[in-house]
Amino acid sequence: MAQKKLVLNSAWCKGCGICAAFCPKQVLAISGEKVAIVNQDACIFCGQCEQRCPDYAIYIEDNEEVGNQWVRPY
Amino acid sequence: MASELIDKYMRPEHLPHIWCPGCGNGIIMRDVAQAIENLGLDHDKVVIVSGIGCSSRAAGYMDFNTIHTTHGRAIAFATGIKLANPELNVIVLAGDGDISAIGGNHLIHAARRNIGITVVVFNNNIYGMTGGQYSPTTPRGEKGTTAPYGNIDRSFDIAGLAYGAGASFAARGSVYHVQQTISYIQQGISHKGFSIIDVADICPTYYGRKNKKGSAVDMMKYQRDNAVMQDKAVTMTAEELKGKVVIGVLAQVNYPEFTKEYQKIIDRLGREAEERERS
Repeated sequence: MAQKKLVLNSAWCKGCGICAAFCPKQVLAISGEKVAIVNQDACIFCGQCEQRCPDYAIYIEDNEEVGNQWVRPY
Repeated sequence: MASELIDKYMRPEHLPHIWCPGCGNGIIMRDVAQAIENLGLDHDKVVIVSGIGCSSRAAGYMDFNTIHTTHGRAIAFATGIKLANPELNVIVLAGDGDISAIGGNHLIHAARRNIGITVVVFNNNIYGMTGGQYSPTTPRGEKGTTAPYGNIDRSFDIAGLAYGAGASFAARGSVYHVQQTISYIQQGISHKGFSIIDVADICPTYYGRKNKKGSAVDMMKYQRDNAVMQDKAVTMTAEELKGKVVIGVLAQVNYPEFTKEYQKIIDRLGREAEERERS
């Protein structure tokens, strides 16, 4: 099962606010000089933030969950 | 720590880049990487060529065969690379000042020649690196450090200029319209012949501040709210198009590509020389 995760690399963030402005679910907000994930659970992994972040500081990680490959339950 | 795409196509040791907060250059650079990823091009068969300017720093950040050349001459270098090895996908990343002012002649002649390179223009309507002087794409009436009372000249439409000069593929994108821009860059790279993608960029630090356009977010929202597709734009009057951002594929035609034609001459002369030796 694929498990997606919203990842923020604060070291690269310059706080322009583009991601927060175009997030359809208000997951992100500018706090101080950088962006912060304020409502992780609301994220729908649409990728609007990732494709418009000029600094590549926010992205969606697609973790392929490695289950037990050898035993199939069916 | 970066996404898979960035790790694969950029040099993360050189990131974060030096561009200002909210600068659209990073978005366009990612669009180019995404287009290359979507096309599944071989890393070693892609050459990124850039000139001088803010946008031209991109060649240093992208992990391909890259060359950072002199001001305005990116297309001249790219022409040489393409002619030496026509198998390569040569992509020129250049700013509006670089490509349409000092490099304007190279642009129109490469377009006329229809050589198979792809030019992605980071069109932010100003010279950012040197401090906000007005460029050939600064709209009439807008301000720059060298036009404190407003620019008198009319602006260049770079995609239209290249098409007029003979480019066989011309498109316009914007930093807000990420998916469309990626698609245009993909079409441009796949196209056999000279292709140009003029991307409306945002420069909140100079252009935005000088002309009271607000923050980077405001400038992107402006693009979102004022974008008109090319198909619709051709039916609109000049009055209606005032202040609009026209995006879309302007033209796509098939002309003979320069390196292929050049190879034909080499082959023909080779054959003739052989025949002469035999007789």
